[in-house]
Amino acid sequence: MTAPIRDGVPAFTPTEMMTVAASRALTSRDVCFVGIGAPSAACNLARLTHAPGVTLIYESGTIGTRPDVLPLSIGDGELCDTALTTVSVPEMFRYWLQGGRITVGFLGGAQIDRFANLNTTVVGDYAKPKVRLPGGGGAPEIATHCQEVFITMAMGARAFVDRLPFVTSLGHGTGGDDRRRRGATTKGPTRVITDLCVMTPDPETKELTVASIHAGATRDVIRDACGWPVRFADVVEETPVPSAEELAILRDLHARTKRAHGGA
Amino acid sequence: MARFMTLADAVAETVRDGDTVAMEGFTHLIPYAAGHEVIRQGRRDLTLIRMTPDILYDQMIGMGCAAKLKFSWGGNPGVGSLHRMRDAVENAWPRPLDLEEHSHAAMANAYEAGAANLPFAAFRGYVGADLPKVNPNIRSVTCPFTGEVLAAVPAIRPDVAIIHALRADREGNVMLEGIVGVQKEAVLAARRSIVTVEEIVDDFGPRNANAVILPSWTVGAIVAVPGGAFPSYAHGYYKRNNAFYIAWDPIARERDTFLAWMKTNVLEGRPEDFAARARRPAAA
Repeated sequence: MTAPIRDGVPAFTPTEMMTVAASRALTSRDVCFVGIGAPSAACNLARLTHAPGVTLIYESGTIGTRPDVLPLSIGDGELCDTALTTVSVPEMFRYWLQGGRITVGFLGGAQIDRFANLNTTVVGDYAKPKVRLPGGGGAPEIATHCQEVFITMAMGARAFVDRLPFVTSLGHGTGGDDRRRRGATTKGPTRVITDLCVMTPDPETKELTVASIHAGATRDVIRDACGWPVRFADVVEETPVPSAEELAILRDLHARTKRAHGGA
Repeated sequence: MARFMTLADAVAETVRDGDTVAMEGFTHLIPYAAGHEVIRQGRRDLTLIRMTPDILYDQMIGMGCAAKLKFSWGGNPGVGSLHRMRDAVENAWPRPLDLEEHSHAAMANAYEAGAANLPFAAFRGYVGADLPKVNPNIRSVTCPFTGEVLAAVPAIRPDVAIIHALRADREGNVMLEGIVGVQKEAVLAARRSIVTVEEIVDDFGPRNANAVILPSWTVGAIVAVPGGAFPSYAHGYYKRNNAFYIAWDPIARERDTFLAWMKTNVLEGRPEDFAARARRPAAA
């Protein structure tokens, strides 16, 4: 997929489109628990564009951090140096996350299913895995303690799967009111931002449904990149393309980050 | 009670084959120099505990030190897999590795319970997650006041905690600040401890009254190892060497490149090498 040039706005990559679309999900009122990788880029882009008041929290204990470059890890010194305050890891998980102080958990994942459950633990059998993934880290409790969860990850049939081999963190379970029946009192995933489209859970069934399609993508491309027969909303919007300002700020952020991490 | 020692003596005296060893430092202040000494002394059958086993535990697992790993996130942050950990789990190389896997919330609560001399930790966790199905140490407890069912995990009580701190004073009090992770809890939960520090000073001088201080009577061996957290970092001393974390990926991908790197940099290395590494701007 290549994205077009429109109305003089420069071309952008699907990944840039994904980051920009994800960033737009946040507002200045949010207190956001930031996952590393794609979520971190989106959250900091939001802070540098339309949501300057957003409070970003990383699980290393940094609260209200404003990094000049994207961290490679969740505990880079940059996060602590620019934070309002830094707390211990037990305090972070007990008072701030479990304490219900976070409005949005922003997660990525290796695999997702149609009810936005995530797997970052294993592919194959747990005891004898084909691929051993890093594991859950903070995600199992981020997924249930934050008021809502945004997920951002690139689409592909190996990532968007019909059946997860392992549920690392709960989305909407088996759909419907299953999440609530299992004891989660928060909303769970309300938005999944991919490189091709934005999905939202159906209000009744909680199955992820394509709500808007990015410029350059098509229904067929999305179907091919999804491991289940993906549904489309009755009215599917076209995702607004990135503005020149969003792209410039994002590219600048990535360029600073690359220089800071040793040009690798 | 704190005693100033060489790193070789501290490890020889404190870490025994078969011990349960927690080496903490949440991205910041990871005790690399001490871990390398454990590898050099050939410790075996360790149960390694760490929330985020990053490159240090990849090295220890790849060198065959560990029989078991208790952890909550095992990756090279922002880079990808820990290839030596994966090789141990997927192919039992160089030996099988048992896993006891938790979430960060569970590990943090379990360390705190250990420091507080409690037998277990209770928290709201693991709702709808599969880990309780594969880890028999994740259980539940019912609140006697409300009837709410909470997740429960055993307290972490290691034989040995190993951390890297910023400074010790001449009396053996230890100070760290910045991202302080779970190091205070790990040391207070453990029977014995080793603390490496960037420097030993006459007096801590002006400092935040809420800096983490471990009084001398709560720590064991203290060793000055400048740069001892490289390629992790020490707040105010040197930055995280992200280029090294990126460069580690191809080194660890194959067994022979890994073993060659470990021979040159660890088996034939010395604690004194860390000072120069931490000063160097780019990867080795």
